[in-house]
Amino acid sequence: MSVTSVIAADTYDDDGYPIDMGLMDLRLGVIDPGLKCKSCGSRAGECPGHFGHIELVAPVIHVGFNKTIRKALRSICWNCSSLLLEEKKKNEFLVQFKKLKEMGHLPDTLINNIFKEARKSKKCPYCGESQREIKFEKPSDYVEDGRKLSPTEIRDRFENISDDDVRVMGMDPGSARPEWMILTVLPVPPVTVRPSITLESGQRSEDDLTHKLVDIIRINQRFQENRDAGAPQLIIEDLWELLQYHVTTFFDNEVSGVPPARHRSGRPLKTLTQRLKGKEGRFRGSLSGKRVNFSARTVVSPDPNLSINEVGVPLSIAKHMTIPVRVISRNLELMRTYVSRGSSVHPGANYIIRNDGKRLKITDLNRDELVETIESGWTVERQMQNGDVVLFNRQPSLHKMSIMAHRVKVLPSKTFKLNPAVCPPYNADFDGDEMNMHVLQTEESRAEASILMQVQENILSPRFGGPIIGGIHDHISGLFLLTRNEKMISKNDALELLKKSEIRKLPEPVGYDDAGEPYWDGKQIFSQILPSGLDLEFPAEVCSKCDVCKKEKCEEDSYVVIRDGELIMGTIDEKAIGAFKGKVLDKIVKKYGSTAGANFVDDFTRLAIRGVMYTGLSFGISDEDIPEDAKLNITVNLEKAEADVSKLIAAYDAKELEALPGRTLAETIEMRIMQRLGKARDEAGNTAGNKLGLENSAVIMAKSGARGSMLNLTQMAACVGQQAVRGERIRRGYAGRTLPHFDKGDLGADAHGFVKSSYKSGLNPTEYFFHAIGGREGLVDTAVRTSQSGYLQRRLVNALQDLEVQYDRSVRETRGVVVQFKYGEDGINSTKSDFNKPETMHKIVSSVTGKEVV
Amino acid sequence: MSNFSLLDNELIPNHEILGEDEMRSVLKQYNIGKEQLPKLKVSDPIAKEIGAIVGDVVKITRNSYTAGESLYYRYVIE
Repeated sequence: MSVTSVIAADTYDDDGYPIDMGLMDLRLGVIDPGLKCKSCGSRAGECPGHFGHIELVAPVIHVGFNKTIRKALRSICWNCSSLLLEEKKKNEFLVQFKKLKEMGHLPDTLINNIFKEARKSKKCPYCGESQREIKFEKPSDYVEDGRKLSPTEIRDRFENISDDDVRVMGMDPGSARPEWMILTVLPVPPVTVRPSITLESGQRSEDDLTHKLVDIIRINQRFQENRDAGAPQLIIEDLWELLQYHVTTFFDNEVSGVPPARHRSGRPLKTLTQRLKGKEGRFRGSLSGKRVNFSARTVVSPDPNLSINEVGVPLSIAKHMTIPVRVISRNLELMRTYVSRGSSVHPGANYIIRNDGKRLKITDLNRDELVETIESGWTVERQMQNGDVVLFNRQPSLHKMSIMAHRVKVLPSKTFKLNPAVCPPYNADFDGDEMNMHVLQTEESRAEASILMQVQENILSPRFGGPIIGGIHDHISGLFLLTRNEKMISKNDALELLKKSEIRKLPEPVGYDDAGEPYWDGKQIFSQILPSGLDLEFPAEVCSKCDVCKKEKCEEDSYVVIRDGELIMGTIDEKAIGAFKGKVLDKIVKKYGSTAGANFVDDFTRLAIRGVMYTGLSFGISDEDIPEDAKLNITVNLEKAEADVSKLIAAYDAKELEALPGRTLAETIEMRIMQRLGKARDEAGNTAGNKLGLENSAVIMAKSGARGSMLNLTQMAACVGQQAVRGERIRRGYAGRTLPHFDKGDLGADAHGFVKSSYKSGLNPTEYFFHAIGGREGLVDTAVRTSQSGYLQRRLVNALQDLEVQYDRSVRETRGVVVQFKYGEDGINSTKSDFNKPETMHKIVSSVTGKEVV
Repeated sequence: MSNFSLLDNELIPNHEILGEDEMRSVLKQYNIGKEQLPKLKVSDPIAKEIGAIVGDVVKITRNSYTAGESLYYRYVIE
């Protein structure tokens, strides 16, 4: 394996030429341009490099094998080197090895058991010698009954182990023997592994590994000289230990108990183990981690006029992104025009690849010449243009919808634009989020991406069998406002609302106003974008969930009925078109296919945006106003609650309080107080909520599911409520009290973080402080949760990444071992199921028969 | 100590040892050898309960919310 022995502890001579048998010997490979490798004859860049070796004067231990050496040493006889097991036992173990191999299991645990078993023997069953205790002392000493074993002794013992015993120890004597764990020869990695860099000053700077090898050779030489000169044993041992140290740190510079070898500057050296280990190491950083060309990254912003399948790409990016096109007779003229435009005029071309494989940049100088010489067989790298398929991605890429294929729309902006309906799968918002774009380079990849990864193919999520893409925020409020109540929409307004859709004809008007002008209502307008033949019935998000649903007779117009693509009654809100919940969207995709689904999303996002603008939707501080009497009501109620709490405390102090089952008295009082105050907050919320009707924009947003909740409104208008840390009232702070403003032992509401005020009225200083405590817990929680779930995700993905659903619907891993006999044990593709419920059949039956199936 | 069967517990699905013929047809259906089945240790309480020995294949019938019943097979190992 080795091409040369390395003797000289030097690299280059004074002329900058590699020294023969030095660490940069030309036989170890070349890195300097112009030189030829003496082993393979190739130049720098082509030569893969070749190993050399250093002959160590005395054997040393390889740190990586310390564990195995220790185990092996303890399980063989110090005298005759036989494995300390009866012949019968050995055979048994060999049979077990065979069995494990047949099943494809790893033998690790068995090997450990064998060593454990062998170590138990106090006496060698072969030579009868009693066994001695061997202690391992960090970093690489083995002490037998108080005497240190030298590597030579250990090696001698290992050499005497018979081949049969080696097999029982789980090794194959043909390819590896235990004594090889003690090094007599050190491999010298090729120069290509440890290239030296020439600094600007012309000085050479060697790699850390080279430095380490220099140290090893020096010590090795000194050792040799001293031993030849017959130096005293003490000095020899010192040098031996020093050699051991250098070889150890050459392999691993972070061994516990060994001071790390340092550079002159004091920086610890990066040796072999350090190169491989960890996130930035060879495995995770260089081999699993990939860097790519043909990608772009910038800020994203919304554009509701784009289709969900599209992505707006800034012109400046489109000019840099290229797609290779093979020139054939049929596109020759087109390619000529691209080339003649060059790289500065948009749909142009940046590079050209000639028949001989040479890649030329298209410049103003060579442009005209290239246009003349271009012929079939050449490849033109044309600029990206409208309609090209690209992959669009936002980190963290947690599910398959984090990377989807979009069609390019080149826009004169500086940011990527996307339809806000695709925010949920990416989990994107527009507060400065950046996203990546990758340009597909081959026809196969484009076909695969547009069939499998295009946005419209991912409207339904396999996670819950419903749409993950759908209306958000203004889409929901917009359609809610449009479809709620009977509106009189004039012809002009109706056309304005529908102008961006494909609808070119208005239906029959619902009526004529006093001036005789026709008018339409919002439900009609929305019906225009529904496909004909659609039948659907469900309660809307605004539904107040009465005990018995009155269905068609709902007074609140919150039971949605769609017949033959016509919205007969009900209000469109989150339940109908929202991401995660939208039933209308879900049904359209499942019944009419993904293209119809995408068209519907495109249509309703455009309609909704015009819908909100038609009515207008704004929110200001005055929307949190509630009438004086309601305010009074809330105050009185809160005071009553506080009085109740005082009563509870009095009862507790008088020890009259009855403990709840399984609780101490102190826990009981806490729970009772929390309960009472929670009730008080809810009551305050209800009082405020009753005064804020559906004409309030915040209520519209909360009830329709567009944004916010009634709880948010309650906190703004009525009462913020109890602040909690770990689900309990706030208790931390000073001894016996939360703040010096309260008495010690005060159990009252205000002393433990109950905030009576609303956000609008403002919090008093103690309330504000408690609110900050509660708020901080939330922040810490999210930070901790993301890091933990990230690690969990990594481990799950690593464990499951090779599982595959086979054509027979079984799930198997790479060896063909079955994991599930039927995917998910039911063989159901959850994307195609109705929200993962088993009632899909019922729905099909009822849609055909018109009868409800139970 | 009272005697009870593990299989009486509603959370434990039904386990039964497959006959030679049935086992062969299962292996043929999936075109695999016994070693490619999921494993079950003989020391597993349920294996002891039904008296499975090394080399047996156990059929497990589970109740499923979506599929009604789902079948699973495990190869008994040491």
